[in-house]
Amino acid sequence: MKRAFPILAVLTGVLLSYALYQALVVAPTEQTMGDVQRIFYYHVPSAWTAFILFAINFVASIVYLIRRNAKADMLALVTAEVGVVFCTVNLVTGPIWARPVWGIWWTWDLRLTLTLVLWLIYVSYIVLRRFSSSGQTPLLAAVLAVFGALDVPLVYFSIWFFRTQHPQPVIGGGGSLDPRMWHALLINWLAFSCFAALVCWSRYRLEVLRRDFDETLALEALLEPRSSKARSS
Amino acid sequence: MSAAVIVTDLVKQFGRFAALRGVSAEFAAGRLYAILGDNGAGKTTLLRALAGLTPLTRGSISMLGTTDLRSVCGQLGYMAHPSLLYDEMSGMENLRYFARLYEISDRGQNNEDRCADVIRAVKLDSSLTRPVGQYSQGMRQRMSLARALLNDPKILLLDEPFSNVDIRSAGEMVTLLTGLRDAGKTIFVVTHQAALLEGAADEFIWMEAGQIVSRTSDLAAMTETK
Amino acid sequence: MSSVAGLTRATLAKDLRLEWRSKDAINSMLFFSLLVVVIFSFSFDPTAEESRRIAGGLVWVAFLFAAVVALNQTWAREMRNQVLDAYRVSPAPPNALFLAKVIGNFIFVTVLQALMTPLFVVFYNLRALGPAYQLPIVAALGTWALVVNGTFFAAMSLRTRSREIMLPLLLFPISIPALLAMVEATGAILTGEFSARFWIVLLAAYDVVFTIASLFLFGLVLQAE
Repeated sequence: MKRAFPILAVLTGVLLSYALYQALVVAPTEQTMGDVQRIFYYHVPSAWTAFILFAINFVASIVYLIRRNAKADMLALVTAEVGVVFCTVNLVTGPIWARPVWGIWWTWDLRLTLTLVLWLIYVSYIVLRRFSSSGQTPLLAAVLAVFGALDVPLVYFSIWFFRTQHPQPVIGGGGSLDPRMWHALLINWLAFSCFAALVCWSRYRLEVLRRDFDETLALEALLEPRSSKARSS
Repeated sequence: MSAAVIVTDLVKQFGRFAALRGVSAEFAAGRLYAILGDNGAGKTTLLRALAGLTPLTRGSISMLGTTDLRSVCGQLGYMAHPSLLYDEMSGMENLRYFARLYEISDRGQNNEDRCADVIRAVKLDSSLTRPVGQYSQGMRQRMSLARALLNDPKILLLDEPFSNVDIRSAGEMVTLLTGLRDAGKTIFVVTHQAALLEGAADEFIWMEAGQIVSRTSDLAAMTETK
Repeated sequence: MSSVAGLTRATLAKDLRLEWRSKDAINSMLFFSLLVVVIFSFSFDPTAEESRRIAGGLVWVAFLFAAVVALNQTWAREMRNQVLDAYRVSPAPPNALFLAKVIGNFIFVTVLQALMTPLFVVFYNLRALGPAYQLPIVAALGTWALVVNGTFFAAMSLRTRSREIMLPLLLFPISIPALLAMVEATGAILTGEFSARFWIVLLAAYDVVFTIASLFLFGLVLQAE
């Protein structure tokens, strides 16, 4: 298993470079938007990657609630953190793309709003993890993740209907994609997914080390007779 | 007499602090146990673990023949330094509410009578309408004990019941406890005032650094070595 | 099941009695709600037509602030003297406690709304051009949405640092679909331009989903150390 990590790292590096080349050079320039449109190859895959990570977080949280498995908790933690990063990328690239092309920084369209709400929910998830007492963190976080997941379909429907009532401009536009653009998009998505897996894996290993360290210290405290007989508190 | 409580290798860690470091013991039914020790020895943690308030890092507790503590929690009475009472209500009102938690009325005895009985048992006046927040510390401790006795528990867990209580009231509480013990209840008392229980407690248990270090029925012998 | 209902009733009665006796919380919160309405009225001073359009948003944001203040003190009395420990040690079903707190908060926030609404109507010259009978339905469903999650997250916040900020931090993101529904429904009823029916159904669905989720998971949160 250990050898897989550097292999993945190399693969990710290669894919990212290839994807960059695809996005910036190979993919044809968009008719109306020009080269600015190339940000699309970062905007969309980062959203897909974030959604997948959040889905994994949801599953891991449920597993934790049923089994109280520490590995599930660590997986939830890791996917939440990395998911928020990719979500942020999506939320930042959105306005950067929208401003020169459509003249507006933001619009309450379905995808962007859903992404924003997910970002808010998962930032609150991370804050909860930081602020709660360490014994209870996994349980509370898992509960919040379940609530967040239950919320997502409700968010979707509420924004969908809102947009039929108050039509909003759509960022990202419809229309079919040139096959070379599809190719660039999918390559970028693959590269992003590998990158996400790599970062998650590193973070997971870091978390494992951190918990091992804490457990070792705790075990030491457990085993050594306290020299505090004279110390009365 | 069969064992009322059996604890096996209890470990409780709060992060890097080990409050209980492998406590194993058997406690027979119908006895009064005094748990002594310095601050930080783990006495309160042990009591809270028995009450089911603290999840254990490791180890198991068997109470009244079962390890499923939830199923026997109706037979536990718990009392601690905070009064576990609402300051804004009178004693009777408090007990009337807490009696609902144990569905006392389902046991065929009138709710009201039961509350009045336990208040009288701790030598307080059941007609007192003053809110509990205005009680003296001693009165509050006794009302808290009354609350712990509401459901006629088989096992009583008392954490520092005598703190800030005047000598006379404390003596009355000890008499009450010995009476309850004689009636077959198993009582655990965590206290710093071991002398109060001399002659009353069946066994004194000394805890140190998260472990039970010695158990004896002779308090004098224990205090000699400390 | 009947024990849950009975205990819920007893707990709710106790809470209402205590609230009535102290009257501190309700008085200060009534005044706070009044202040919120006045501040909003100074900040947003639109014409009658515009006000109907945005009133939905204004009113519900004001209600939200008032609700958060109320929700933050949900468990305050139980935290004093560690009364929650008495509950946890007893065989009493946790859901009874939860339901009683939610209903208590619901009543509390509804009282605040009853004060704030006439003030809003006065300051903004509001009049419902659509079916006004739907307004109490929206108010009830929307308030339930806020207090059911708010009470739950208030219980979760008991185990965290910075309790008072943790509650809104957790509550607001999850409440977004409900908030959107409340605001849109109110706006639709006041302007009469759209039907509020979809939003009412969405609110009802939101309430059902999160009430069930909260009832399911509250026991875990309560027993957490």
